[in-house]
Amino acid sequence: MNFLPNTDKDREDMLKVIGVGSIEELFSDVPSSLRFQGGLNIPPGLSEYELAKHMAGLASTNTAQDFVNFIGAGSYDHYIPSVVRHVLGRSEFYTAYTPYQAEISQAVLQSIYEYQTMICELTGMEAANASMYDGASAAAESVTIASGLTRRKRALVSKSVHPEARTVISTYAEAQDIQVEEIDYKNGVTDVGCLAGRLGNDVACVVVQQPNFFGLLEPVDEISARVREAGATYIVSVNPMSLGLLRPPVEYGADIVVGEGQVFGNPMAFGGPYLGVMAVNKKYLRRMPGRLVGMTTDGQGRRGFVLTLQTREQHIRRERATSNICSNQALNALAATVYLSWVGKKGIREVGEQCVQKAAYLAGKISGIKGFSIAWEAPFFNEFTVKCPVDAGKVVDALLEKGIIAGYPLGRSYPELKDHLLIAVTEKRTRQEMDDLVAGLEGLA
Amino acid sequence: MKYPENLKYTKDHEWVRMEGGKAQVGITFYAQDQLGDVVFLELPEVGTEVEAGVMFATVESVKAVSDVYAPVSGKIVEVNEALNDSPELVNEDPYNNGWMCVIELSGPSEFDNLMDSNAYQKLVEKGGE
Amino acid sequence: MRSPEPLIFEISKPGRKAYSLPALDVPAKSLEDLLPASEIRSEPADLPEVSEVDLVRHFTRLSQLNHGVDIGFYPLGSCTMKYNPKINEEVANLPGFNCIHPYVPEELAQGALQLMYEFQDYLAEIAGMDHVSLQPAAGAHGELTGILIIRAYHRSRNDLKRTKILIPDAAHGTNPASAALGGFTVVEVPSDSRGGVDIEALEEAMDETVAGLMLTNPNTLGLFDENIERIEKIVHGKGGLLYYDGANANAILGISRPGDMGFDVLHFNVHKTFGTPHGGGGPGSGPVAVKAFLEPFLPVPTVVLDNGKYRLDYDKPQTIGQMKSFYGNFLVMVKGYAYIRSLGPDGLREASRNAVLNANYILRRILEYYDLPYDRHCKHEFVVSPSRIKRNTGVRTLDISKRLLDYGVHPPTNYFPMIVDEALMVEPTETESKETLDYFADVLIAIAKEAYENPESVKSAPHTTVVGRLDEAGAARNLNVRWERPE
Repeated sequence: MNFLPNTDKDREDMLKVIGVGSIEELFSDVPSSLRFQGGLNIPPGLSEYELAKHMAGLASTNTAQDFVNFIGAGSYDHYIPSVVRHVLGRSEFYTAYTPYQAEISQAVLQSIYEYQTMICELTGMEAANASMYDGASAAAESVTIASGLTRRKRALVSKSVHPEARTVISTYAEAQDIQVEEIDYKNGVTDVGCLAGRLGNDVACVVVQQPNFFGLLEPVDEISARVREAGATYIVSVNPMSLGLLRPPVEYGADIVVGEGQVFGNPMAFGGPYLGVMAVNKKYLRRMPGRLVGMTTDGQGRRGFVLTLQTREQHIRRERATSNICSNQALNALAATVYLSWVGKKGIREVGEQCVQKAAYLAGKISGIKGFSIAWEAPFFNEFTVKCPVDAGKVVDALLEKGIIAGYPLGRSYPELKDHLLIAVTEKRTRQEMDDLVAGLEGLA
Repeated sequence: MKYPENLKYTKDHEWVRMEGGKAQVGITFYAQDQLGDVVFLELPEVGTEVEAGVMFATVESVKAVSDVYAPVSGKIVEVNEALNDSPELVNEDPYNNGWMCVIELSGPSEFDNLMDSNAYQKLVEKGGE
Repeated sequence: MRSPEPLIFEISKPGRKAYSLPALDVPAKSLEDLLPASEIRSEPADLPEVSEVDLVRHFTRLSQLNHGVDIGFYPLGSCTMKYNPKINEEVANLPGFNCIHPYVPEELAQGALQLMYEFQDYLAEIAGMDHVSLQPAAGAHGELTGILIIRAYHRSRNDLKRTKILIPDAAHGTNPASAALGGFTVVEVPSDSRGGVDIEALEEAMDETVAGLMLTNPNTLGLFDENIERIEKIVHGKGGLLYYDGANANAILGISRPGDMGFDVLHFNVHKTFGTPHGGGGPGSGPVAVKAFLEPFLPVPTVVLDNGKYRLDYDKPQTIGQMKSFYGNFLVMVKGYAYIRSLGPDGLREASRNAVLNANYILRRILEYYDLPYDRHCKHEFVVSPSRIKRNTGVRTLDISKRLLDYGVHPPTNYFPMIVDEALMVEPTETESKETLDYFADVLIAIAKEAYENPESVKSAPHTTVVGRLDEAGAARNLNVRWERPE
């Protein structure tokens, strides 16, 4: 199957206009020694039906979709309303490129402006960009912003931040000679004493996650005070879904808010594409990477939207740009915009409350099972850590038989927590599913 | 008057107005015209030491960023704060209200190395640098 | 004329809702028993309150204000706006791809891992490389990945003096930005009179302090660099590595492979070359392919096949680390994979051959009116300049682009590459018919004539869009980047 409209006759006519005898002649500037001989060693082309069948076969070789999922750890199984797929399926949105030509890109531009507004509402920050690749890369780029603004080269990152986000931060930071130091956790949250000991006027930023990777609420005010004292940038990585219920990061002094926006209308999809959320206060605006949409007017005074502050970006500032980002996650941001319009002002609070209630119910039940306990006391949103009587990986394996993926074994990224299991719920998990999990765990006690 | 005769000019399109050991600095009519609508300026803080020929400020239009080089060496003693809210002054009135800063010269001799209006106009007519 | 659409916030009305959730089926506790009162939000986030009908109409009407590949021609240079096959969208929506958490046990995701494994293989074969990482989320992300690999390679050999990356002046802006983000100083190499890399300048710039050269081939002028073999010798001769920016790979599929040209590392833009949609700016996917000696430095994880089981391999002690969470933009890989399976080796080669034919056809049709800075056959795209028109009428590239909007065509890339005055960069792609190409050429010619006869009409374009030229300076001076509810 291919998608070429031209007929042999068309090609012949076109070659005549060009003044060559064959398409081959158009490649005469490719040295013959570099011409690829023979055919590429990839399978022959398929008809649409064959392709559909092949892809359905691969999809059904996966079986995870048939399990009840209790893994969170940065990707959450929230309900995605049908309107999301409907709007994302409008090819005016998905077959467009970056809205450089504003006059014929008002749909993309206005929806980004709506998205920016919603992120500002949730976080309390003054400006949000059009999206980053994901929460982890947004965190990494925010460390770069902080280092550039403070002209300092140390970044303190709590060990209760998502392990993959920490790895990405280190990957980015290493190239810019920013020294990343990890701050230990104590009782499941950032050890503020340890943080205070490491802070100083050479620290560019402190990165914490709220709720943290273990699901717990961090002492964000106490951390904020320490960060202020040191004159560092306070970077907070949030679960944006929690912000319907929990207070916005602006209230505890965040300078840069990042987060994984997958929770808003984007499927778990084996890890991507997701949505990097980034919001800042005005002071940081001109250092913010990524695209930004602003409202303006045309010559007749009609309202319209354009990409603005483009001089920050690579296509103008080249090696002095705030970042190299070009393509972003626009369609995922549109999913978030549609999702947030669907849940609205009241629904997002209700989703948050259901998460808290269900997580509390499940945690209560599990703590009643002999040998199992809730690892730490701090309050949590939709995710919590269970200390198991055996290796948590074995718990997960054992529950697979019952059609349940019980959670994320923390030993995968914290060797000291081999018997700890991270369990998440969403509004989708029913009492029956949670009771089934509890019954399965009881069988292991 | 695109290039007033009482000012001196650099090949990088800055102008200089000398007033008692101090140099008022801005960008020329040609520079602002090439840039288009100026939307933002990043100016140095008062007290900053600058060196002739070294970048000390940037001017941004919608689609371009241009470096501004110090025409003379010295210390920044005044910055045009009005440009923060009204960057368009650089377009509308480049030689007066659109001035950027005042430099207290450390070596007055440098002033004599700058171009006069005629020489600068010839440079611009060749298409600048 | 289409009318503007209010903001979703402006159609919001207190008490309306679109959502429905299952009733809470566990015993409800008082919220204050579960969370400290101080952690609970006092003011609700002011999200819209709309009905489902409001919502659907809002986004549907809004969508109608946009141009897309499905609506009309989109010859945006260097962006490869080819047709996005619908079957690929459909298969990417399968629950077996959508409803799997990235941390599920590997035995529950063998189909996904197999797809990634085979996609790695196909891309390596197309590139003429040995190993692939699918992790980068976009082209620029792939560039940064490649640059970090180059950096890690030199460091692993304790070769610490290589602090520079050479980049031709015609390069995409992402190249210098990626090199800088990767910790390198950027040194620009000029182009020669044929539009390729200036070999003498390259020889002069290339020494033991240079880590590598980033090159797009064909370059942003749409020209294949005829001296690529000499370039390879110069860079490798001094111990540097060669990075291939795959943004223009749509010209060379099955025709010439970057690995065979001597490149050591490259990225592909799946959303350009392999037919996945651009989504209004993203998501893309920017896989990186390397020669065998660079494999130890790839980001983790990659997918390997062990005893008939696919698994994620994190065991790379020299890895540069991770570029993002998890494994990359998986659903984009699904579509790119489906594209390659649809076309097969012959279809890919034909795609490139027709992309090049289409570009050359438009070029020859408009040459009487527009100026060609380098008179050669182009590859998949070309750059012309309306410099004669500008000189005689004052009509500029921007004006011509805006006038194209009135004809239902997306304008070519404007003012890039910067080495061509008033550049218009046209990339038709292979999925456009001769009729579409003729229409576009006719329109470009008509606008050129109009510029002489009625320049004001071109300068004041567009005339038929939902808004006219917008005040971008005003937008930047008086920033308004979020909506505020009027008091």
